[in-house]
Amino acid sequence: MTQDNHGKAHKYGMVIDLDKCTGCGSCMVACMSENNVPFKENETDKKDSITWMKVFKLTNGKPFPDIDTCYLPRPCMHCGGKGDHGHSPCISVCPATATDYGYDTGIVSQIYTRCFGCRYCMGACPYHARYFNWWDPKWPDGMEEYLSPDVSPRMRGVVEKCSFCYHRYQEARDRAYHEERRDHIEEGEYQTACTQACPAGAITFGDLNNPEHEVYKLVKPDPHNCGRPREPKAFRLLERLQTNPKVYYISEREWVRKAGDNYRKGEWGKEIKVSHGKGH
Amino acid sequence: MFPFCFEWVWDAGHYLFFGGMWYTISILGLGMTFCLLKTIVDTLNGKGAGHGDDHH
Amino acid sequence: MDSALIPKGARRCPFPVFATGIAVVSVVLLWGVFAMVLCWLKGLNQTNMNDYYGFALWIWADLAVIAIGGGAFFTGLLKYVFGIDELKNIINLAVVIGFICYSSALLILAIDIGQPLRGWFIFWHANVHSMLTEVAFCLSLYFSVLTIEFIPLILENRQLDKVPFFHNLSHNMHGVMAVFAATGAFLSCFHQGSLGGVAGVLYGRPFAYREGLLVWPWTFFLFTWSAAAYGPCFTLTVCKMFEGITRKKLVKDNVIHLLAKISGWMITTYIIAKIIDTIYWAGVTAPEMGFSLMDFYSDNAFYGIWILFAEIVLGGIVPAVFLTVKRFRENKKLLLVAIILGTLGVCLNRWVMVLQVMAVPVMSFDTWALYIPSWQEVATTILPVAYGVILISLAYRYLPMFPQEQELYDSK
Repeated sequence: MTQDNHGKAHKYGMVIDLDKCTGCGSCMVACMSENNVPFKENETDKKDSITWMKVFKLTNGKPFPDIDTCYLPRPCMHCGGKGDHGHSPCISVCPATATDYGYDTGIVSQIYTRCFGCRYCMGACPYHARYFNWWDPKWPDGMEEYLSPDVSPRMRGVVEKCSFCYHRYQEARDRAYHEERRDHIEEGEYQTACTQACPAGAITFGDLNNPEHEVYKLVKPDPHNCGRPREPKAFRLLERLQTNPKVYYISEREWVRKAGDNYRKGEWGKEIKVSHGKGH
Repeated sequence: MFPFCFEWVWDAGHYLFFGGMWYTISILGLGMTFCLLKTIVDTLNGKGAGHGDDHH
Repeated sequence: MDSALIPKGARRCPFPVFATGIAVVSVVLLWGVFAMVLCWLKGLNQTNMNDYYGFALWIWADLAVIAIGGGAFFTGLLKYVFGIDELKNIINLAVVIGFICYSSALLILAIDIGQPLRGWFIFWHANVHSMLTEVAFCLSLYFSVLTIEFIPLILENRQLDKVPFFHNLSHNMHGVMAVFAATGAFLSCFHQGSLGGVAGVLYGRPFAYREGLLVWPWTFFLFTWSAAAYGPCFTLTVCKMFEGITRKKLVKDNVIHLLAKISGWMITTYIIAKIIDTIYWAGVTAPEMGFSLMDFYSDNAFYGIWILFAEIVLGGIVPAVFLTVKRFRENKKLLLVAIILGTLGVCLNRWVMVLQVMAVPVMSFDTWALYIPSWQEVATTILPVAYGVILISLAYRYLPMFPQEQELYDSK
């Protein structure tokens, strides 16, 4: 296992084509049911609803008829952090080592039984990808029967987030070992629930370190530049913060690509230097 | 906190952090132990007896 | 009724009056305790926090009481390590305030975490790279230092002092207090700093993020410096409150003026550093992340540029000028204005570095997150104030907190 993010190990990531996304929310539903996400009695206040995968609605702010809308699904970005060394904003701040970076997968984990609910990681995450269990987990009567036995439900008072359906990775890895393929996992063997649920095929999932995988072909991550996309239509959310996410977005529309980050007046369109230095 | 916790790593961060912590605890612990022992000795030697406004 | 416990020669209000006062404050305390128990039993859904706004009002209170409690470590450092002996006349007050502030801070942390029974994980499974880990360790250790500093004062109670063992223990602890005070100052530098680091390391939050030295962002040093600078302002404010309520002079003016002068110069140097930090952050750090200064102060109902002005000018430059210039400092009213503004100024700084950090949107399509605390949050935030009032009143009544009280009374 290498202690950086550039080696031979897997680096699982996601590419979301925003021009294909219709905002139907299937990814959100699939994610909730796959990962045993509990319900609130009243779900009207979305700011404390648990949505590992959340679809944001963006508009270009123009009046009719020039108005344009874009739906942006946002899972956990599984940031590589400054310098892509695995020091994501949330991992470095967790006081109890309850969230960790898998150098073999690039996946940011969350250990529910270790988390004591200080919520510092939530403050550190600029994507609001982390959720707190404000209530005891509850499901409508009979729905407990549908819970996945592969995913542990979370207790009140701890933080949770998208795991890139890590239990599916474990299953694929176990199968590969069983079939004496060591850790050679085929692209189709490990796919997240949201990827499979998207009716428009907007979400692609795979190994960003593997040139054979579709995600690699779509964005062509630059290994010498912390995985920044070389594909001009691709971008990552808040690239300038150097969080180095493993979720990429693609859009033909310029205003959508611009909405992916913050730019001061006159900056958009110019070459902006993002120093991908060593970080902390 | 201790080397037998599984997240423990023998690196500079742990040396500095826990070195500082155990050093500080030692100072406080030894300081208080000294005070208590000296107080016991002093008290057994009769020091401080008869002190207090009622005895003046 | 309780005259045997009151320091010899000290004049205190009749016991029924004192007991009534304590009973009134106790009602507030019980209200806070009720809210605290609700949070523990029912969980943090009792608050108005949400996933956008994960730090409650009480986290601000936590940081604020630690900052204003900074008078304990700084006065201790000045007296025991730098040997400024006049400060022995106000050190007891500073220690009691510090003890109250730090015990409150620990209590708030115990309410704040989602799984209070797992609180010990922060020590056992410590992640040494987290600023919060550093806060927890230094805070708990420094609290034990404050307890050690408080014990001799408790033992000086008229009845306890009659017991030879306690008398000797108090005497011996005073003997080695310099070692404890130095350890306390060391710990304080790190935990005040790491509280600043908590915000400063958040490189996903451009409003909070600061560059720095080695692993410490500039906010680390600014927090330590500001706690040392403003802590004495609060010590002096409490002292003035005591003098106002009891209608007695309790500490001689030369002591007050000395501490005010030191505080003034500390605030002056701090506010210069803070201004430089703000200019660099607004001109270099934030723009590199795509933000202009006004992005942090516009498009919302509350956080305008006034807050930066209030923090730096009203809470920084004004008290700095009033406390450093002898003529102003020795004017009773201006001194009072300066120490109150100073106390409010540092509290405002902590507010900005915790609550505004959470409020500012980062993604371009995100919105400001403004939040109004629930009554449970307000009650648990007031709880430490009620507890502090009760403890400090008991300390004033039964312990020789102000060594010059008798002398000042006799000379009247």
